[in-house]
This record gives sequence, structure tokens and C-alpha cells, in this order.
Amino acid sequence: MNGLDILALSASALVGLGIYGLLAARHLLRRVLAFNLVGSGLFLWFGAAGACGGVGVDPIPQALIITGIVVALAASALGVALVVAHARLSGPTLPEEAPCDPEPDSGS
Amino acid sequence: MMALSFDLALAALLIVSALAAVAGRGLFRAVIFFIVYGVLVALAWARLGAVDVALAEAAIGAGLTGVLLLAAHGRLRREGLEADPGAGGQGFAAIGGAGVALALGWAWFALPEPATATRAALDSALPDAGVGNPVTAVLLNFRSFDTLLESIVLLAALVALWMLARDGAWRQRLGLPQHARPGGVLASFGRVLPPLGLLFGAFLVWSGADDNGGAFQGGTVLAASLLLAMMAGLYLPPRIGERLWQSALVLGPVVFIACGLVGALVWGGFLVLPPAYAKGVILAIETGLTISIAATLALLVIGPPEQAHNSGGAA
Repeated sequence: MNGLDILALSASALVGLGIYGLLAARHLLRRVLAFNLVGSGLFLWFGAAGACGGVGVDPIPQALIITGIVVALAASALGVALVVAHARLSGPTLPEEAPCDPEPDSGS
Repeated sequence: MMALSFDLALAALLIVSALAAVAGRGLFRAVIFFIVYGVLVALAWARLGAVDVALAEAAIGAGLTGVLLLAAHGRLRREGLEADPGAGGQGFAAIGGAGVALALGWAWFALPEPATATRAALDSALPDAGVGNPVTAVLLNFRSFDTLLESIVLLAALVALWMLARDGAWRQRLGLPQHARPGGVLASFGRVLPPLGLLFGAFLVWSGADDNGGAFQGGTVLAASLLLAMMAGLYLPPRIGERLWQSALVLGPVVFIACGLVGALVWGGFLVLPPAYAKGVILAIETGLTISIAATLALLVIGPPEQAHNSGGAA
């Protein structure tokens, strides 16, 4: 068990936590957060795999991961804006999962 | 031994902060723990020796994503929609999450022997790349098509974001009206930090050629400086369609495509860079990209125009 194994296993746990949040969280903003957790966990796993050669992380995975981090931010910005727009129209949770107290705000 | 205990502590902190962000009580606390998590991930990247990724993760993953989530939380709270209904279907979700985590853990130990051929090929090609930092060489020379498409994806995301504006808000300034207490922390930091951010961002781009840094990291620092000035109310966000901002948004992709076309006409292939000109062309592309990335990321985080009633700040 070396340092790389520990990082890769915790990265696996992070992806699992993200999947759990993506499936279980009711508030949509928390799902965006969980989506980011899945992404960064996978990046970390990928980076650890790219470091197996012994001399630091391979630059090609590093470049792909930097690209991925930037695209994840763009996707999150769009997701967050969709969450806010959806919440204003029909509340912060998806309709089929909403708890059964009808909220009378902004129902136009 | 020391390093191993550091790794164990880092792994524990990562998992605890991620757990608090996913399953902890309260949306605001979840966002704060996510920012803490982002800083810890940056630390993990530094531990792996991937300093460029650590810089990108700290600036984008923790910084800009954190601002984005905090701003969204503030917007939802204004509408009284930030109450967190908790989790549902937990058993199913826990099985799904644990299954994926176990599969990834198993895959880690089932990995084949690391391939060193690509590394050797990269090392032998690096002297012709024009830059000394191998990550910059991959991003802007060997795999520059990826980076070109990425810069266009960013633009597409921004256009999609603007599509969410309501008709009445379309001609207004982007985002919500910002209020900063005069003489408060935000107002003073808004004056002090942007010049330093400008300097540091430009340094990161320049240093990215041969050392750690690059267009994405530098552009993000510039975007953060812009955002700070906007949030402190010192610089009003633009409206959709302002010529200067539109030019800044497309400058990077345009320079990139122009360099690619020059390659196609003169050097024998789209985005081909001959060693003699590589450094100059890469610096030109990086400069354009940095300006576009800074503008695009800042506007992505500020959000679509929302100031529907034109009364100048009905809070």
C-alpha cells in the first residue's frame, strides 16, 4: 500500500460519494455539487493512474485533466443557471420527488 | 513513513469534506464544505507533483465553482427556495455509489503495467514543441485540436446560459445588481486585489511556456480579478452585445483558428507548427486564449441578465 494506492482508493470513494449524492439529493443545487464531485474524483483517479510510471504524472493526462476541469466549470455554470431558472418556475426539487406540501409561490 | 501518514490524513480529509458536502445538513454548509474539498483536491494534485493541475483545480475547482455555487445559493435564498428537503431513495443511492466505488477500486489494482511508450515519444518530441513545459506543449501543440474545441465549448456554454434570460431582462446588465458596503471588506479588497491578480495572471501565462502555469490558470486568475471588481460594484458587468466584450470572447478561438489555417496553407496541415515558429505562434495563441478565457469564465460565473425591473436596485 503506497501513497498512490491511497489516493486512487480515496478517489474511487469520492466518485462513489458523488454518485450517491447525484441519486439521493433532492435539492437540485446539491446534485450539481455531487456532479462536480464525480468529475474531480475521476480526474484524481486518472491522474494517479498517469503517475504509475514512476516519474510524476504523465503530461498528456495532465493536459486532458486541465481541459476537463475547465469544461466541468462551464457545465456547472449552465447547470446552476438551469437550477435557478427551474426553481423560480416550479420550486427547487424535481416535480415527481417534491414532498407533498404544495408551495404557492411563483406559479405563473 | 512521514509521507504515508500525510497521504492517509489527506485521504481522510478529502472523504470527510466530500461526505459533508453531499450528505451534511443545510445547503449553505454543503457549499462551504465543497470549497474546502476543492482546496484539498488541489493539495492532492500538488502531492502527485502535477503543479499545473493543482493550480487549475485551486483556481477553477475551488475558487470559481465555489463563487458560482455561493451566488446560486444567494439567488435561491432571495426567492425563499434554499430549504433543503434532504435525501430520498437513500438505500438505492448508497448501493449505486458503493458499487461504483468498489468497481473503481478493483479496477485500480487490475490496471495493466503502465505504458511508458507515450512518455518516451513525448520526451523526444519536446525539443521541437517550442515550449519547455510538457503540459503546455501537449495543450497548445501536440493536442491543440482538443484545446481549440474546448475554447469553443466554453463559448457555447455561455450562449446557452444567456438563452435562460427572460425577455424583459435581455437588454439589462448581466447578473444581479451587486451591493457592497462602502468601506467594507469586499469594497476594499475589490480595490486592492485586482491589480495584484492582473500581475499574477499575466505572470502565470508567461511562466507557463517553460515552467508551471499556462493560459487556463492565468485566465482564471484574471477572471477572478474581474469578478471581484464586479462584485465590489467598482466595475459594472457588461450587457449582452457590447462590442468590446464580444471581441474579447471570440479573440482566442479566432486567433487559434487563424494560426491553424496558416498551418494548413503554409506548413502542410491544420494546426501544424514548425519548430522554428512554434514558440511565437504558441505565445500568440496563448495571449488570445487568456483574454477569451478570462472574459468567458467571468461572464459564466456572473450569470444571465436578471435585472428585470429597471429601478436601479430593488433588493
